[in-house]
Amino acid sequence: MRPVASDHPVLDPRFAPPFPQAVLPVLRNPQLRKNVAHAIDVIQAKRAKLVAEKTDWQELRSAAAATRMHVLENLGAYLELFEVRCTAAGGTVHWAADAAEARQIILGILRHENASEVIKIKTMTSGEIQLNPFLEANGVSAYETDLAEIILQLGELEPSHIVVPALHINRSQVREIFARRMGLKDLSDDPKELTNAARTYLRKKFLTIPTAISGANFLVAETGGVAIVESEGNGRMCLTLPQTMITLAGIEKVLPRFQDLEVMLQLLARSATGERMNPYTSLWTGVTPGDGPQRFHVVLLDNGRSSILAKAKERQTLKCIRCAACMNTCPVYRQTGGHAYGSVYPGPIGAILTPQLMQMHHAQSLPYASSLCGACYEVCPVKINIPEVLLELRSQVVNQERRHFSRFFDPMYLGLRIASFIFASAWSFHAAQFFGRIGLGLFTRKDGWIHSLPSTGGKWTQTRDLRGLPGQTFHGWWAARGPRPSKETK
Amino acid sequence: MLKPVSYMRASLFITCYNDTLYPETGRAVVRLLEKLGVELDFHPKQTCCGQMHANTGFRGEAFSQAKRLVRLYRDAENVVVPSSSCVAMMRDQYPGLIEELGNEELRRDYAALMPRVFELSEFLIDRLKVEDVGAYFPHRVTYHASCHGLRGIALGERPWRLMAKVRGMTLVPLSNIDRCCGFGGTFSVKNAEVSSAMLAVKLQDVVSTGAEYCTALDNSCLMHLGGAMHRQYAGMKTIHLAQILASTEDSPVEATA
Repeated sequence: MRPVASDHPVLDPRFAPPFPQAVLPVLRNPQLRKNVAHAIDVIQAKRAKLVAEKTDWQELRSAAAATRMHVLENLGAYLELFEVRCTAAGGTVHWAADAAEARQIILGILRHENASEVIKIKTMTSGEIQLNPFLEANGVSAYETDLAEIILQLGELEPSHIVVPALHINRSQVREIFARRMGLKDLSDDPKELTNAARTYLRKKFLTIPTAISGANFLVAETGGVAIVESEGNGRMCLTLPQTMITLAGIEKVLPRFQDLEVMLQLLARSATGERMNPYTSLWTGVTPGDGPQRFHVVLLDNGRSSILAKAKERQTLKCIRCAACMNTCPVYRQTGGHAYGSVYPGPIGAILTPQLMQMHHAQSLPYASSLCGACYEVCPVKINIPEVLLELRSQVVNQERRHFSRFFDPMYLGLRIASFIFASAWSFHAAQFFGRIGLGLFTRKDGWIHSLPSTGGKWTQTRDLRGLPGQTFHGWWAARGPRPSKETK
Repeated sequence: MLKPVSYMRASLFITCYNDTLYPETGRAVVRLLEKLGVELDFHPKQTCCGQMHANTGFRGEAFSQAKRLVRLYRDAENVVVPSSSCVAMMRDQYPGLIEELGNEELRRDYAALMPRVFELSEFLIDRLKVEDVGAYFPHRVTYHASCHGLRGIALGERPWRLMAKVRGMTLVPLSNIDRCCGFGGTFSVKNAEVSSAMLAVKLQDVVSTGAEYCTALDNSCLMHLGGAMHRQYAGMKTIHLAQILASTEDSPVEATA
């Protein structure tokens, strides 16, 4: 194994550095920034074109938002229905309260199957519970089968996006990883050749490993079925050849009826990859004798979700269908890519989901990783008002932190406490303007501009100037001039 | 000759940062609206709408300012605000703050007040029903849409309808107009490096228009863009749209930066 570089991203919110610190190596990495910006610009443009051709896009969004909210408000009932129907169809349903329990359940099933290897369909939830390193430590080798996940696994790299996890890696980097790890010295960076190399690598796994793990895009309560959407068909391979399938799904993934997929799939493909329909949509229900896996397990993962569900404003976070449109449109993500978010869930949805999954004990810098521009809310296919949740979480962070003595003299807390006093009355506001003009006057150059400020102000002047305060405020000018009734001016 | 609209009264909420940092924008609003026959009033006790506190997570403090503002303007016939983000604050965030911390009376006062609160371009187009304000501004200009104006309060075509009638002005389209400039209030210092990276990208788009001025309906974005233009000797200035609209052949308005 190669030594892990010190700037290797940490995607565990418990140990990841705060966002403003985590972005620093990324912002200085031209290749990564170019790769990310290029990739999301391409996806965004495709999405915009396909959304524009739908005359009922807003109606679809409203319908999906209503369905998802209805599910969340009746989640217990739909999960129980799912369990009944899935069990009746020959599946086994397990309930995991947290990541540790989910990992143990999965390991238990694998031990029971005597499995030392397992193939995986792309799943975010497995990243959330850090399944691969856990299995590795327990003697089970997990092999990713999604092309992007293979690149990351072989390159020992971290995902930076939930739909296209290797979007920060370009073609020549892929070539280098494949050549090194597959022993193909003469491999070129021709996409066809790279795909063929991956195919050869994968075929061996598909044909020899009889156990598979998947995530779920949707669980259907009515039928007890599971739906997976993908682009490459490798998921389909995992669903046909193995004898045992274990599906790991967050409890929020359930939909009431099979028919609800009609709305969801239209929104998901367009929002996620800018396609009218994703190439492969796999739906399976329990076990079918002689066809596909003969042993089927579903692990329903809570891991902090029910605590989100309990809160009225935050609940909408769980409407998410993981399309990534929010990160593709986010001007912050466009500059930083995903690693700085310190979680497998980056971008705007990650900024609200991760701290909540951590029950606000970690990742408190994430709700501030947004300029509140609202682009995420505008594109969200299930209308999650991400800015609203960001603000709610910010207020929770402030309520946590402001009680700490260490924050008392923190420039931001101090500044905002003083500002609150200043804005409470006109005289204090005007006095602050007066003294502010004197204070900033010390830093104002002859050209009337401030080029450098100390402390927090220096965060502004590190890249921008600030015009010095004018000699007269507007209210000062108005007081000197006096109101002019329009009748007199005519 | 420009015909004054029928008699109307309005109270100007200048906003804290325009009062302190950009008084020329306020003077331009006064000149513009008085020319159009509006009788303007200025409440001397006004301070801040609470946006800075609300957006940073200080809900209690933001609520105090919201309550203060609603009470100050309770009796105003119309309130004009030359800042799209402050109007977005009042429309999007006040209801939640009042719901959580306020009382029934405040909620009623707020509900009664809000239909009378207008962002400047809304006031001109929707209330005064005027597009041609008789402005003259012989320069190349590009318009930055500001996220709160574009998505927050959905100004739509209003700014363009006003700008189209400015004589002598060449309007240069800005690419990626819906992309944030990276200001975001305290975001610009809490995440100064990301904010600067966003600013660099935005500035590329703005400067490559070849315009002399970048205008907007929100001085906070313009402070961000203008600060970088000045730092980089970009040969471009920022100017609030109110100043362009108040500019005439006889008395051109000075630029902000």
